[in-house]
Amino acid sequence: MKAGHKFFLGATVIVVGVGLLITEGVRSTGVYFFTPTELVARTTQDPSFHDVGLKVGAKVVPGTIRRDDETMQIDFEMSDGVTGVPVRYRGLVPDTFTDANDIEVIVEGKLGRDGIFHATEVLAKCGSRYESELAEAKA
Amino acid sequence: MTLLGEFALWMALLAGLWGAVIGFSGAWRRRPELGTTTIRSAYAVCAAMIVASIALWKGILTHDFNIEYVASYTSRNLPDSYLITAFWAGQKGSLLFWGTVLGIFGALAQALTSRRYRDLMPTVAAVTGTVVVFFVATMLFSANPFERLSFTPADGNGLNPQLQNPGMVIHPPMLYLGYISITIPFAFAIAALLSRRLDSGWIIAIRKWTLLSWFFLSIGITLGMWWAYVELGWGGYWAWDPVENASLLPWLTMTAFLHSVMIQEKRGMLKRWNLGLIIATFMLSIFGTFITRSGVIASVHSFAQSNVGYFFLFFLVLIGVVSFTLLYTRWPDLEPEAKLESVASREAAFLFNNLVLVGIAFSVLWGTLFPILSEAVRGVKITVGPPFFNRVNVPLGILLLALTGIGPLIAWRKSSLANLKRQFIWPVATGVATATTLLVLGMRDGMALLALGLVGFVAGTIWQEFHRGVRARMRMHGEAIPMALVYLVGRNRRRYGGYIVHAGILIYFAAFAGSAFKVTREATLAPGETAEIRSPFGHVYRLTHLGVSQYQALNRFVSAATLQVEIDGRPAGVISSEKRQHVDSFGRKTFEPSTEVGIRSSLREDLYVVYAGSIGGTERANFAISVNPLIWWLWFGGGVLVVGGLITMWPGGGRTATRTIREPVRIPQPAEEAVPA
Repeated sequence: MKAGHKFFLGATVIVVGVGLLITEGVRSTGVYFFTPTELVARTTQDPSFHDVGLKVGAKVVPGTIRRDDETMQIDFEMSDGVTGVPVRYRGLVPDTFTDANDIEVIVEGKLGRDGIFHATEVLAKCGSRYESELAEAKA
Repeated sequence: MTLLGEFALWMALLAGLWGAVIGFSGAWRRRPELGTTTIRSAYAVCAAMIVASIALWKGILTHDFNIEYVASYTSRNLPDSYLITAFWAGQKGSLLFWGTVLGIFGALAQALTSRRYRDLMPTVAAVTGTVVVFFVATMLFSANPFERLSFTPADGNGLNPQLQNPGMVIHPPMLYLGYISITIPFAFAIAALLSRRLDSGWIIAIRKWTLLSWFFLSIGITLGMWWAYVELGWGGYWAWDPVENASLLPWLTMTAFLHSVMIQEKRGMLKRWNLGLIIATFMLSIFGTFITRSGVIASVHSFAQSNVGYFFLFFLVLIGVVSFTLLYTRWPDLEPEAKLESVASREAAFLFNNLVLVGIAFSVLWGTLFPILSEAVRGVKITVGPPFFNRVNVPLGILLLALTGIGPLIAWRKSSLANLKRQFIWPVATGVATATTLLVLGMRDGMALLALGLVGFVAGTIWQEFHRGVRARMRMHGEAIPMALVYLVGRNRRRYGGYIVHAGILIYFAAFAGSAFKVTREATLAPGETAEIRSPFGHVYRLTHLGVSQYQALNRFVSAATLQVEIDGRPAGVISSEKRQHVDSFGRKTFEPSTEVGIRSSLREDLYVVYAGSIGGTERANFAISVNPLIWWLWFGGGVLVVGGLITMWPGGGRTATRTIREPVRIPQPAEEAVPA
């Protein structure tokens, strides 16, 4: 076999390997990313979604955060402006998770049959709150 | 000052436009007499951008809160050092910083490049001018840092507390320097394509620039990990967030380029591939800015989202179309001068290393874009997170690690079996011994064993290279070991500097493998109560809560929880973690409370404590505690990488690189002017 062919064989193994790792990785670790509206619609349509771990991106409804320091449990409501879904989480939340307006969260977990989203992870990001405040002040 | 600043921006825009229009039309119509004025435009742009930057700094340092940017990111009680860095705390300032550094680099490229490449320089100025025009136009038409408010606030918002960290002072500029300096190699690539001067000369002209860019990007990424680790409080340093991925992508393609360029220098092969890599690297650096600023991909990093992202998307498409069209039309001029002769050759090892690096880059890009791709194709958004990236990249990283050891040891063109045996027997033995020792000591994680065994193997190859080189010098010149080592490295900076960089990367890999053994727990403790956590090395930490103290510091209220640490019953000092509430100079709250992590670092592991808040206003508090193995080595590996990078880039000593190998097979000798992977 010529060197070029041998190299081509090796290269094919690497390229196919990368492709397989990616497809297999997506298949076994990919999770749905829904808005609350999509979450509720999908689950109503197909109750098996209750058992699927997924992510939801939404905003925290201001004033709904209830913290129980004793058990480190946090309850709040998330919403995309159309549909609201209650969330329950136990554990540490990042500093950016606060009662301020416009806190965007990405929660990962399952929507229980009790209608509460049981989150295993809460990521929060604070939009450009200060900038928008100034922009409003300016207008 | 804002008037001067804006005026300077307009001047930069005009000078950049002049350079772009005259430079490109000069190259197109083959009018070399237009070169001088084009090159001068690069210096004019540089001067104008520096003036604009000084204007913004002046506004920040004099607390001119009538400037929106100054009011948004600084306050009167912000420490001076953070006042200076507040320059790039927001989007508008970042754009100005980017444009200024590009202006400076563009001028330096003109001033420092050897006269041999004189006929490429006008086009280089035209390309850097175009990129500056893009940044300045984005500022002037969408994100003007000199915008004024209709009123003057008494104090500003202050700087986000998470950015009030020494690491954050230099992390963004390092990353930016990395991203921006890629523009210079890209400009040379376009100049070479346009002028059809496609011998390997231009590649040599940009070697140092690519190294410089890689160097800054590496430092920037490492500092980013450090910042995430000490500031974000989740105990990790890399979360595969889109913003982190965006910095990794150009780093990967550039690493591939730094290796494949050696094949072009030595053998005249891979010309098309190298051009493709440079263009891809530049596009990925612009792409990084696009995804962080446009909000098309959800990221936990809170950057201002704005239509600036779409300026970048437009620019990205423009670069892609123009560059690849140029590459396509020059395709026949880029015939390789040699063919691959054997898979047991350094060329082949480097080619495989390139494929793996690009494969990793592709998987990271794929994973980052997957939510958009799946929504476009299947109508439903699917995301992949750290499990995906680890699953794909751990095997690829291990393959890459193996190639890191193999590449530098095998000969160009073709290796004989005897040569392979001579080069590999000791390193392989070292690797096997490392893995066996760890297994006997009780390590059971397969991937970690494989990775650390390979780290042993590659460390063996590096040691062997240094050992043989030093021994040869001692024999030939009768030097003592330290002198022989200094001369060996000094005379072959590129080769031995490269080995030192490899050693740094090995240390990173060892630290990555260590993270497989992380231990975490949570605890609720009243003062006097204790919690225990067992290190993967076997000893037990016992933490006793000493209480929460409250005090006021310069620009913040602090509640600090302090814990006493004992290791296997022996006292080992105290560790404390804080909650900080930042305030402005009138005592009003700015920002939400932020957490300062407590870290007790040692060579084996870090004890990492997060004070998660008190319960009902008492001193009873929640804590997240973890033991993170081998973290210190990550920062140490960064230091080694910096030293290696500096040696490699040190001026002089690069002339030998132009020598090409055309003569028949030979076995590399330690003192030969070969270059490591």
